[in-house]
Amino acid sequence: MKGYLRQDGRKGIRNIIVVAYLVECAHHVSRLIVSRAGDDVQLIGFPGCYPNAYALKMMTRLCTHPNVSAALIVSLGCEGFNREALHQAVKNSGRPVKMCVIQECGGTRPAIETGVAWIKQVQGSIRSLPTAPLSVDELMIATICGGSDGTSGISANPAVGVCFDKLVEQGATCLFEETGELIGCEQIMAERAVTPELGEEIKACVTKAAHYYTTMGYGSFAPGNADGGLTTQEEKSMGAYMKSGYSQISGIIKPGDIPPSSGLYLLDVVPDGEPRFGFPNISDNAEIMEMVACGAHLTLFTTGRGSVVGSAISPVIKICANPETYNRMQDDMDVNAGRIILGEASLEQVGNEVYGEVLRVAAGGHSKSEELGHQESILTYKTFEPVGPSCLPMASLSV
Amino acid sequence: MKYDKRLIQLHPSDNVLVVCQSIDAGHILINGVMKNLSKPVAVGHKLARTDIAAGDKVIRYGVSIGSAIAPITAGSHVHLHNMKSDYIPPHSRDAAQGETV
Repeated sequence: MKGYLRQDGRKGIRNIIVVAYLVECAHHVSRLIVSRAGDDVQLIGFPGCYPNAYALKMMTRLCTHPNVSAALIVSLGCEGFNREALHQAVKNSGRPVKMCVIQECGGTRPAIETGVAWIKQVQGSIRSLPTAPLSVDELMIATICGGSDGTSGISANPAVGVCFDKLVEQGATCLFEETGELIGCEQIMAERAVTPELGEEIKACVTKAAHYYTTMGYGSFAPGNADGGLTTQEEKSMGAYMKSGYSQISGIIKPGDIPPSSGLYLLDVVPDGEPRFGFPNISDNAEIMEMVACGAHLTLFTTGRGSVVGSAISPVIKICANPETYNRMQDDMDVNAGRIILGEASLEQVGNEVYGEVLRVAAGGHSKSEELGHQESILTYKTFEPVGPSCLPMASLSV
Repeated sequence: MKYDKRLIQLHPSDNVLVVCQSIDAGHILINGVMKNLSKPVAVGHKLARTDIAAGDKVIRYGVSIGSAIAPITAGSHVHLHNMKSDYIPPHSRDAAQGETV
């Protein structure tokens, strides 16, 4: 494998130019720039006019992601987003960056012309960027489940767990999240923590999620789950939890934090403080974007009912849990974990197949969602406090 | 072959097997021994892999998902009638309706 070597030492598996709009008012101009600029150009953005520290951190991490080679920032001109801070951060990362302020350019047409001209010019220079050998221990892989059903917890999720164990063993960095769906697993998760103090933080993290979701009115598991064979709350949560495998948990991070070492990390996606801006993550892509902002090169997405999404910046690999769904939506699915359900393959075999897909896509091969042009991205308002020192024991060890 | 292909053991230490394809009542191979299933069991449900004593932990994914509240023999359906959560009380429609009365 080869990666694109960035100034901070991280390596990318893609060489994408992002067009980043800083308010919904700049969305249309940005979209037209992307549509006229070619395949290696992707759209990300933040819709709100009010400033938000989380959104600035997310956009900064996304524009300086290892898969990103250059960034065009598109501002209307009067929104609250701190565009200078973003511009400076991208510049400091050594990437080509251009600020396009629509009001200063003279409106929609000149802004599009300015943006497209700049991208054409950058496209020539980024093709000659240095590449370097890329090994498994330099990869960061995330996982998420969406559109889950009764098969997710017995096929696709544990198969991703097998793959995660293999990746962690080889020194890769792996991320899992969805603390709201890990209620009941906190004790077991805490026992996997590298230190007892981290274990306590993991439990606190799940307690926070339980409180948040209860306030939002979604604190309880549906009685109908029993019809699908699930008997207890801990059993249901375990199905989602299986994606994390059996490795030790090295730390807790929050959206946009870059893990300080290799190993398995829990991403705490639930905002701190009393609920202020609504649901923690309004859809699957919000969580994917947060893992990408932490530096994830690609995401393993398990689905039973059949999600079709991909992502901007980092490819998404789909692992389909349900054999019937797979047959119906084959073009969208990279791995058929439903073969476990049918007795045609073991967890180990499918886990190895997922691992093989990770290496193939990391080496430049396209995932199904990538081939189909999926480049979803979404970013909303949130509030976070920094993680405490017990959350990152590996960081203090390495000092 | 130790198990029927319609069953999956998710972890070596599990004492339950998960049903992957619906199974009709009748004979079924559990841990190399032929057992008799009295009722059909649907996808996602659990059958005991070994005998489980009342009070013993029910192990799935290699971890406890609750405790047996009655002796469970290998091959039996494991569900709300013979196990309970150690985390929150069992959660059935009957229980939910009971609370609202």
